[in-house]
Amino acid sequence: MPQRARPLSPHVRIYRWQIGNTLSILHRITGAALALGLLVLSYWLISLAGGAAAYAAAMSVLAGPAGTIALIGWTFAFLYHLLNGIRHLFWDAGLGFERVQRHLSGWVVVLAALGATACVWGLLLFGTHP
Amino acid sequence: MGSAKEGVAHWWAQRVSAVALIPLTLWFFFSLLALPDLQFDTVKIWLGLPISSLLALLLVTVLFYHSYLGTSVIVEDYVHAAGAKLLWLLALRFLYVLAGAAALFAILRVAFGS
Repeated sequence: MPQRARPLSPHVRIYRWQIGNTLSILHRITGAALALGLLVLSYWLISLAGGAAAYAAAMSVLAGPAGTIALIGWTFAFLYHLLNGIRHLFWDAGLGFERVQRHLSGWVVVLAALGATACVWGLLLFGTHP
Repeated sequence: MGSAKEGVAHWWAQRVSAVALIPLTLWFFFSLLALPDLQFDTVKIWLGLPISSLLALLLVTVLFYHSYLGTSVIVEDYVHAAGAKLLWLLALRFLYVLAGAAALFAILRVAFGS
């Protein structure tokens, strides 16, 4: 196959950014971030099977500043990917394709994911829940 | 391997696993939030319950499968050289099987004791 650099679609440098393609690429970015999170999930489960000392070591990393920031990011990534994934499933069923519906559901998904992340971590960090 | 060879099956598998993950991930997320704390004993007793172990095994299986399908599409989209693409896909598959098997083994070990 001739290795000629052909233009790829969409033409990123001349493409006007809008909510549709932004949320689409965000779905992929959050998916990739969650894939990395699976390694942490594996490590956490292995530490739990490994005993109290191994688990405490894992939790000290996860509960530290970097761990907490990463977990907040993964919480948003999870909620966004979940909600936007449901949006995609509706599209697969042929529903919600109108321009207004697409834009509205897009904003609902982003705001709901941000709001739920804020609620969960607000409770975890500042709530009475231990 | 690759979308041009098995695209339709891949498309369906991605969506069927996505539907299964809606209840499974929400169960895991809210179960952890509902625990009184995340101390070793608390988590171990919770995950050791038969219903928790079973759902966690299902969750990890479907989650790793879904994630493998997704990341392999990313590789197929951005790695264009045929040889490098195959190496990436193989490396991904090995990594997913390894990390997934380790997670499943850990759950079984908690479920049945060590």
